[in-house]
Amino acid sequence: MGKVVLKLGKDISTDDIYPGRFMATVLPTETPQFCFNDRTEFNAKLKAKAIPAGSIIVADENFGCGSSREQATSAVKGHELVVIAKSIARIFLQNSVNLGLNLIICPTIEANEGDEIEVQAGKVLNKTSGKEFKTVPLPPARQAIINAGGLIPFTRKRMLESNPR
Amino acid sequence: MGMTVVEKILAKAAGLKSVKAGDVVEPKVDLAMSHENAALVINQFKEIYEGTGREAKPWEPSNIAIIFDHRVPAEGPKTATNQKLIRNFVSQHNIEKFHDIRGDRGGICHQILPEYGYVRPGYVVVGTDSHTTSHGALGAFSFGIGATEMASVWTLGVALNVEVPPTIKVVVKGSFPKHVGPKDLILHLIGKLTAQGANFRVLEFHGKTIQKMSTSGRLAICNMSVEAGATSGIVPADEETVRYLKEEAGVKGKIECVVPDDDAVYEQIVDVDVSALAPQIACPHTVDNVKPIDQVAGKPVQQVVIGSCTNGRLDDLAAAAKIIKGKKVAQGTRMLVFPASGRVFAQALDAGYIHDFMKAGAVVMNSGCGPCLGVHQGALGDDEVALATTNRNFKGRMGNPKSEVYLCSPAVAAASAITGVITDPRKGGK
Ligand code: SF4
Repeated sequence: MGKVVLKLGKDISTDDIYPGRFMATVLPTETPQFCFNDRTEFNAKLKAKAIPAGSIIVADENFGCGSSREQATSAVKGHELVVIAKSIARIFLQNSVNLGLNLIICPTIEANEGDEIEVQAGKVLNKTSGKEFKTVPLPPARQAIINAGGLIPFTRKRMLESNPR
Repeated sequence: MGMTVVEKILAKAAGLKSVKAGDVVEPKVDLAMSHENAALVINQFKEIYEGTGREAKPWEPSNIAIIFDHRVPAEGPKTATNQKLIRNFVSQHNIEKFHDIRGDRGGICHQILPEYGYVRPGYVVVGTDSHTTSHGALGAFSFGIGATEMASVWTLGVALNVEVPPTIKVVVKGSFPKHVGPKDLILHLIGKLTAQGANFRVLEFHGKTIQKMSTSGRLAICNMSVEAGATSGIVPADEETVRYLKEEAGVKGKIECVVPDDDAVYEQIVDVDVSALAPQIACPHTVDNVKPIDQVAGKPVQQVVIGSCTNGRLDDLAAAAKIIKGKKVAQGTRMLVFPASGRVFAQALDAGYIHDFMKAGAVVMNSGCGPCLGVHQGALGDDEVALATTNRNFKGRMGNPKSEVYLCSPAVAAASAITGVITDPRKGGK
């Protein structure tokens, strides 16, 4: 269970999640400091560690549109936030699968900041409003990467199998 | 059942007879492109090999291209150090398709790849940049991926778990009116489709207007296909593609064109007629917030930017130079021009365009991404407004979340630089 700590509109771009001017910072260990950098208040809370892991960002359609910068994913992942969005832009979705960021596609989600949310198999429960919303499963090919713990272990295994020296 | 261009390309690259939308395939990658974010790719690549006792060597160095463009010359020590690390990797692994910070061979990745003939029809191209969609202009299936996925490509030589995307066929007819062109077409289309209208889909371009369009124009429309969410844009290769590759990119030998089957299955068909199209403007802060110019004309602009992987090619500079020649950039407005590559820069010099820009008061910058992504060169002040031929107007894109970015064609940009307000090039200034 987690609390909604940020509610966002539609078409939230990777420039919003991780502004281009911090792109020289690349390592997943360093990117979390710039997570939603220009949403000053939220970023300050993140940096002060005032937001517990498992807290939830709720977004409207097309979350993560724009650039392919993986910093946007690693920055959110670094704080162990969960994203529930009505729909997600392709590259951001793929990056999240690859890095193990917890993304949930929930086309009808209704929630406000402060609401308590529980994610269950196939659905999301808004404990505050008492409403329930269906989620859309990720395609099985992507699920395999998640099950492997991300693309790095997945690729490592494939490399060792396909090229046994 | 017939196949679309992308289905044909993916079937071949995956060693299958046929594929259809929704299938999951592992295509071989013909070209894997990165820019400065290769620093992160290298990091992830090494991590894949960690603890395996094997040496981290890319599967095929000749299929890798690395181009420095986003922050050139380096804006600070961090970038400079990233670039240094990449240079070391490049020489260690003999990556020949490497374009450093240079006035001759340098430039924006999406200009360098076509210019040097690195992309061919039928190729599978991946790039750690969302505008990798650009290379569909040459009849390739070309899409953006993240750095970790690129590290996986460097390891295995294939793109893992690619879902064959459904295709939207876009049929364009009509001749462009004066001062209206490919940029206006793609802005109009994005407005129509919305920012996510083509998410997980391919836009395949057809019609008389596309057949007559130069590769430069096709690059602009495929480039911005991602702004409608598309995995890629693609123009089936034709005579113009062959001409471009032979004459402009110096490619020798036979070039095979992959075209869709007549009975290919499309998810949707969109018709566009450009014969009465007005110049289009994408207003802040989303690219699909598109309006015909008369709805925004008169808006004061403090910075005009001409360049980028969308509109920094020779014909773009020519269109702008023609309008600005002999005029002056308005007081209170600054005009920045950044040609897409060293080659374009040199051609623009020879043609006299650079002279025209400078005499008018524009600042001509080195080729690269320049102010497009808001790292260095031409950040905006609080409450300032930019009018740019770039491809994104997201909040903060040009380095300041308190500023606004409007997107337009080179002709609109040049006409507006003279007046200092958004100006319809068909009408001219005040
Ligand atoms: S010019 Fe702009 S959009 Fe094009 S590659 Fe560079 S930063 Fe990206």
